[in-house]
Amino acid sequence: MNLPGARERRVRTGGVELCVAELGDGDRPTVVLVHGYPDSKEVWSEVAVRLAEEWHVVLYDVRGHGRSTAPKPLRGGFTLEKLTDDFLAVIDAVSPDRPVHVVGHDWGSVQSWEFVTVGRTEGRIASFTSMSGPSLDHFGHWIKQRMTRPTPRRVGQLLGQGAKSWYVYMLHTPVLPELAWRGPLGKRWPGILQRLEKVPAGDYPTASLPDDAAHGAWLYRDNVRARLGRPRADAYAHAPVQLITPTGDSFLSERLYDDLEQWVPLLVRRSLPAKHWVPRTRPDQLAAWIGEFAAAHEAGGQEGTPVQQPAAQGRYAERFGGQLVLVTGAASGIGRATAFAFAEAGARVVAVDLDAEGAARTAELARLVGAPAAWGEAVDVSDEAAVEKLAAKVAAEYGTVDVLVNNAGIGLSGSFLETTSEEWKRVLDVNLWGVIHGCRIFGKQMAERGQGGHIVNTASAAAFQPSRALPAYSTSKAAVLMLSECLRAELAEKSIGVSAICPGIVNTNITATSRFAGTDAEEEQRLRKRATRLYGRRNYPPEKVADAILDAVVRNRAVVPVTPEARGARLLSRVSPGALRRLARLKPPL
Amino acid sequence: MTGMTSAVQNEISPELRGFREVQRLAYACAEAVAGQFRSGVTEREAARMQRVWLRERGVRDWFHLPFAWFGDRTAFAGFKVPLQFFPTDRKLEPGMPFILDMAPVYKGYTADVGYSGCLGLNPLHDKLLADLEAHRELILREVRERRSLREIYEDVERLMTAQGYANRHRAYPFGVIAHKVDRVAERRWSPSVFGFGTQSLKGLVSDAVHGHRDGWSPLWSPYRFSDHPPQPGLWAVEPHLGFRGTGAKFEEILVVTDSEDPEQSAFWLDDDLPHVRRWAEEKVAA
Repeated sequence: MNLPGARERRVRTGGVELCVAELGDGDRPTVVLVHGYPDSKEVWSEVAVRLAEEWHVVLYDVRGHGRSTAPKPLRGGFTLEKLTDDFLAVIDAVSPDRPVHVVGHDWGSVQSWEFVTVGRTEGRIASFTSMSGPSLDHFGHWIKQRMTRPTPRRVGQLLGQGAKSWYVYMLHTPVLPELAWRGPLGKRWPGILQRLEKVPAGDYPTASLPDDAAHGAWLYRDNVRARLGRPRADAYAHAPVQLITPTGDSFLSERLYDDLEQWVPLLVRRSLPAKHWVPRTRPDQLAAWIGEFAAAHEAGGQEGTPVQQPAAQGRYAERFGGQLVLVTGAASGIGRATAFAFAEAGARVVAVDLDAEGAARTAELARLVGAPAAWGEAVDVSDEAAVEKLAAKVAAEYGTVDVLVNNAGIGLSGSFLETTSEEWKRVLDVNLWGVIHGCRIFGKQMAERGQGGHIVNTASAAAFQPSRALPAYSTSKAAVLMLSECLRAELAEKSIGVSAICPGIVNTNITATSRFAGTDAEEEQRLRKRATRLYGRRNYPPEKVADAILDAVVRNRAVVPVTPEARGARLLSRVSPGALRRLARLKPPL
Repeated sequence: MTGMTSAVQNEISPELRGFREVQRLAYACAEAVAGQFRSGVTEREAARMQRVWLRERGVRDWFHLPFAWFGDRTAFAGFKVPLQFFPTDRKLEPGMPFILDMAPVYKGYTADVGYSGCLGLNPLHDKLLADLEAHRELILREVRERRSLREIYEDVERLMTAQGYANRHRAYPFGVIAHKVDRVAERRWSPSVFGFGTQSLKGLVSDAVHGHRDGWSPLWSPYRFSDHPPQPGLWAVEPHLGFRGTGAKFEEILVVTDSEDPEQSAFWLDDDLPHVRRWAEEKVAA
């Protein structure tokens, strides 16, 4: 039993006895967690303890699983109608006079779709959060639509999902699945989950796994053919639905949910870069999203109260809503635009910069464009102790960072022979050491949490374009690029992505603050002005770089050149480095 | 501006009174039209409402016909060609920002005003409007210091960047933050071309030709042809902030004279305008 502090009761219904566990204060609104196949309610243990701080959390073993008894005979004992009876019996026992929030994973979600689309549960469900389990009726219509008008794209979608469903066909063979689960497969399953699905080792799966899996095969046999062949035409959801889609799910295609809006009047989509077993691998994120969604619809259960929509509606809102994003160099330019782009997607933003006022300003505007919360922090990223202190504060007050953007950087131009060692030190301190400190300190927190994350480092087109004008700057940025590549290799096994962004010539104030080696103050001022005008004429907006950063995180891209000149330089560095070397000899027109 | 060469002391000259009258009229029009806005009004309808309102009150000619921009068009999102400035069938929705921009000619005097508002609550839009105040102060201060127009332009842009916003007046023709306005001859027939009154255009072109000889331009832009101290006359100044699909601007006349006294060398034609009153009210509330 890995649910510390759980109160257990048994609920009798339809010839079986269900094992129901409860956590948290029973007077609070209820969240019911329904597990999938081959699982028992313990799959939710991590999520349940997190939710129990705010909610009355109820979990139960589906009939035939865990410590609930199995129906006799098994055949015909697992129909969706009977599973709905079980669900109603459980919520009547735990929350007799208040609607509940349902959360389902895998087969738990498949059956919860039934709960939320049949008439007899109307008014008993306040909200439903679905992950990795479509409604069989919607799935049936999805297949039918694609069979009746088989365009190439639709055929591709059918074949794709068809290949992912191999295990469904296997489970329809008689006896063999039971033998496999009770034999070698049952023994190897925990290892398989750890290796292929990255599920952390521990007290999951439980010892009841072989029996759960053997009984649960009847979930498929009793329902799949019947429902896919003759899907209900009235499977409309009568409660708001939050759909959480793991983008790396090996069993379900994201395309399955393309037409969901026609069945669900109030749908919120979320996506998560993870594999199938999200309740084990991403409990923090799930608990946050479930809590937020249920809270938003807690009032919705009562008549006449308007239902609230989450504020963020941006293009990336389904991916970054509620996540914690830390951006350095956020008082201006690319950093500030990036903070705003994440804010627009509904992320919570920590804006870090040397310039306290600018960072506070970024945080203030971030809240206005959609961040549920945003903070400005004045920190010098080249100061290791300061970054350590910041990391401790962020972890304690706001949580573990989901996306880290190491963007702070300074410019230094001028001939190598005229660059002093002081100037070298300053540029490496900020541009390289700043990134190292960020990756080391925040990256460690991410890795220790073990629930994925992403690190973005702002390199530069100068990382692959040599130039006589920018020896120190280019060196620092080339180092950042290589650091990102190495780190990406190392952190891949922790599901932490690392991206290096190479913007190119972008209209930011870096030109107005750059140091020009070997010049006096007056000449430097003149050069800054010239460079600023030059960059102004190029006028590539930092907002486009910010978009590239969000896209890089969503698609987990390794190296992202942004402006056309950066892309061109990247291409030339591969096919014709000699051309770049000749370009490097040109003096910039300043 | 022949009448402008002598400094205006305590009372403004009848000539300036004429400009002030038409500017007030234009702002009254903006407030009246904005007051009638309901969800579902289109940009075309809004432009027509302004045109009708002003025609009814005696306006016969235009520096340019009224414009209306709704939603992310207030920040000129995705504007590539000047035709996109013209009103579309975009509908106004609750919480949407809008900008009305009109330049009527009344009794031979020209005004060019910009009015930002929003339908219902929009805290972000309020913030942008409040942040415009610093620009009004900055422009006046630097004009009085007789800085080059190009430099002032760059300082305004720097302030916008520091505030976290984008400079959206860069999207106007020639990227201007301001242009000269002047008296216009009253003709019975005053056609307009691409939304601009021919009489006013004539004045602007003639200014451009004369200015070109003397090293100044009636367009206040980021380019080299604006690298000269402020030229005496009336300038319609229109700093325009943009922030991720929300834009805000004001536009009003700045009077520049050749007076030695800094106070008299440049001043806003009128301080009793909606945006100025709004800032004052905010200060009282705070």
